[in-house]
Amino acid sequence: MSLGVVLLVHTAFDRAAQVARHWADAGCGVVIHVDAKVPRAAFRAFRDRFAGEERVRFCKRVRVEWGTWSLVAATQIASARLLEAFPDATHVYLASGACLPLRPVAELESYLADRPGTDFIESVAVAEADWAIDGLEAERFTLRFPFSWRKRRKLFDAWTEAQRKLGLTRRLPDGLAPHLGSQWWCLTRETLQAILEAPDRRVMDAYFASVWIPDESYFQSLARRHSARIESRSLTLAKFDLQGKPHIFYDDHRPLLERSDCFVARKIWPGAEALYATFLDPDRPAARLAEPDPGKIDRVFSRANQRRANGRAGLLNQGRFPKKGREGKLTAAPYAVFCGLDALYPEWEPWLARRLGGRVHGHLFHPDGAEFAGREAVTQGCLSADPALRDYRPEQFLGNLIWNTRGERQAWQFGPADTQAVAPFLLRDRNATFTVVSGAWAVPLLQSERPFDEIRAEIARLQRVEAAFLRLLDGPEVAARVHRWTLAEFAAGPADRLDPVLAEIAGREEARPLPEIRDLSDIPALLQRLRDAGVKPTVMGDFGVAPSPAPRVGGPGLAG
Amino acid sequence: MGIVSAYRMRLRRKLWLTRARLKAGQLSPVANRTGAIRGGDLLAFTTLRDERLRLPYFLDYYRRLGIDHFLMVDNGSTDGTTDYLAAQPDVSLWRTEHSYRGSAYGVDWLNGLARRHGARHWCLTVDVDEFLVYPFCDTRPLRALTDWLDASQLRVFGAMLLDMYPKGPLAAQPYAEGQDPFEIAQWFDAGNYVAEKNPLYDNLWIQGGVRAREFFADRPRRAPALNKTPLVKWARGYAYVSSTHALLPRGLNRTYEEAGGEKASGVLLHAKFLDTFGARAEEEAARGEHYRAAEEYRAYAGVLGDGLDEGRDLWCRWSERYVNWRQLEILGLISKGNWA
Repeated sequence: MSLGVVLLVHTAFDRAAQVARHWADAGCGVVIHVDAKVPRAAFRAFRDRFAGEERVRFCKRVRVEWGTWSLVAATQIASARLLEAFPDATHVYLASGACLPLRPVAELESYLADRPGTDFIESVAVAEADWAIDGLEAERFTLRFPFSWRKRRKLFDAWTEAQRKLGLTRRLPDGLAPHLGSQWWCLTRETLQAILEAPDRRVMDAYFASVWIPDESYFQSLARRHSARIESRSLTLAKFDLQGKPHIFYDDHRPLLERSDCFVARKIWPGAEALYATFLDPDRPAARLAEPDPGKIDRVFSRANQRRANGRAGLLNQGRFPKKGREGKLTAAPYAVFCGLDALYPEWEPWLARRLGGRVHGHLFHPDGAEFAGREAVTQGCLSADPALRDYRPEQFLGNLIWNTRGERQAWQFGPADTQAVAPFLLRDRNATFTVVSGAWAVPLLQSERPFDEIRAEIARLQRVEAAFLRLLDGPEVAARVHRWTLAEFAAGPADRLDPVLAEIAGREEARPLPEIRDLSDIPALLQRLRDAGVKPTVMGDFGVAPSPAPRVGGPGLAG
Repeated sequence: MGIVSAYRMRLRRKLWLTRARLKAGQLSPVANRTGAIRGGDLLAFTTLRDERLRLPYFLDYYRRLGIDHFLMVDNGSTDGTTDYLAAQPDVSLWRTEHSYRGSAYGVDWLNGLARRHGARHWCLTVDVDEFLVYPFCDTRPLRALTDWLDASQLRVFGAMLLDMYPKGPLAAQPYAEGQDPFEIAQWFDAGNYVAEKNPLYDNLWIQGGVRAREFFADRPRRAPALNKTPLVKWARGYAYVSSTHALLPRGLNRTYEEAGGEKASGVLLHAKFLDTFGARAEEEAARGEHYRAAEEYRAYAGVLGDGLDEGRDLWCRWSERYVNWRQLEILGLISKGNWA
């Protein structure tokens, strides 16, 4: 049992040399392929570092470009050289200069020896693969890709699209079942030799030369033809981001890497001193014969990908500023808006705070400033109650409040006397629950001692504002949950209306009785007086016609 | 972007580059060590005046992050700044007595230096009271970040300015040379920032924080801009157009994701509010060399009312005490993006 290692190197030569030596010192035969893009002088300097080392060899160089056949060609050349130079090698491990062995080589060798004749190569049938970031899975094999994805993206995309439109496809060579998988594999000598010496290799090579990203499919497909036993997974831990670029490991990943029990990880940042020092330490104690378990690392990196793709709902900062329609949820957490109830229940706010828990504010959009709970001048996140600051960007004021108080439900009051600019935003927000008793705001006004002419004018004004708000509630973009009654409808049975809504918002039933409601018995008559004075009450609902001259106690609408 | 608009932007960019070339003559070299700059070095660009007290910590902070060379313009210091900087082995220093305002608040001078020395380098443009904090900055040097940005084919890294302040009157805790200013100015406003996309340059225009809360509450639109793009993989045709708030070509201003996700971003911790600030504000208000005729400084100095006296306390009970970058990430002030 002896391991051979093919190392693909194009940069960070100090690290590559360190790793090559590590493999060689452990008894592995190593063949290094250095990218032909590396200038000859640099290449020679690198090669000369290994002068006299029997176990480190170099092979013919190819110019390697990502996503193209050149990478497979380089691997073929290096593999063939390895098989020839190290006839005792029973397995060949494909690694790069940025790969770092995490466990002693002896552990890897005994792991392989325990599983004789097994090829470790991730190899997933294309039909089942959900692999690629570019959405080109089957098409990698049926279209041609003559243009560089990195350097000629537009041409690449246009040509791909044109082939789809024209229905151009090509035939797969006989006996080939396309498979995809990680570029990094560990094959037995027999399988590798069979692939490299297959009688139809010219046909296969010619075919794969115009497959897209053949390094993820050439060996992965051909191993299926020649292998006696495939374990479809890579022994190299490699995670990819949304661009298909490998995630990079740094010193702070050391605990994660140690616990992963993986044999090899890529890619390592060349500056990760502590990783190289730890994992290449020859005196590193052989741990245990644990199975590789990349689960924890998987989670860290999938969270990162998730963050990059979707972000945190309700957050705006210099890295996240979604266009309209791309925000996901508009705010960070659910909240409740009550319209008119504070006008009906003098003790509404403190009662609601007890009923819902969380934080209950007054009118956050009061023209004189935000009425934060406790009437603070500044609240969480140093958000100011100042009206000018708030009204400068009212939607973001609200977004900030909800963001700053994540974990604590917010509720507040809203009405036609408040500044209205934020309303369309609130209604577009799936996190908002509105409980609206339209016209309720008029009750304290009607019952006040102010001169009737003033009351009449004020009601006419606020009614116009509320009517506009009610029209928004019927708009096409409303995503908020809306519970809505007119004053007359609500007055007919406040508890019946409110209890289910509060139970829904709070997430629990509670037998707490509603606080004392204002006396509404004179409202029908007062509304009639308003009507007589030329202002038609439109948002309060239908209390029926109050009999004149003497108002009766309890209008018809209140009886039921 | 239409052709006309693209062409207008090109003209604007050329204008800024021409200004930079014209103003280059205003700089006389005091210590030019740019010959020591090697390919791939991380460079820092700074304009300053009379900041002797702050320099030791500033240089130390950025040396530890991995800045290889500092390119600095001394705008008429009289407090020993010039000599101190000239003696630093990794500083190249130019001096000018010309107007800071006339140079677009130092932008022309630094554009000129970046054009000559910054191409193909990652360039960090910061004031001496701005300290870059980015995800993982406690375990990964700046080079790790720039390598990752290179691999991700990103040319810029955004970092909002985060104003820090002490608890209690500014004058109560004097700053000593070499001290970490954030031992004093430990506090910040965590969640009162607002932003808008600037249609002219596509940059995000961020305002808020303690300055908006305390000095600009009655006229929030005039509150200072906090968006910054201090870290750029420089190329010859690039130009800052307004402090480090915006760049041209304007594709460089897209430090934010518009499709819902988060791009990696950091903050510049701003050590403006120290005991030295009161005197500075009065002096700058009188000099009128800052943006909008130093309206901001006049606000601080009390000329516009609601100003800053020595006893003024910027702290409030909801102020957040600075811990580390992870705290800023949880608060949503910075993002890791998909850097993990």
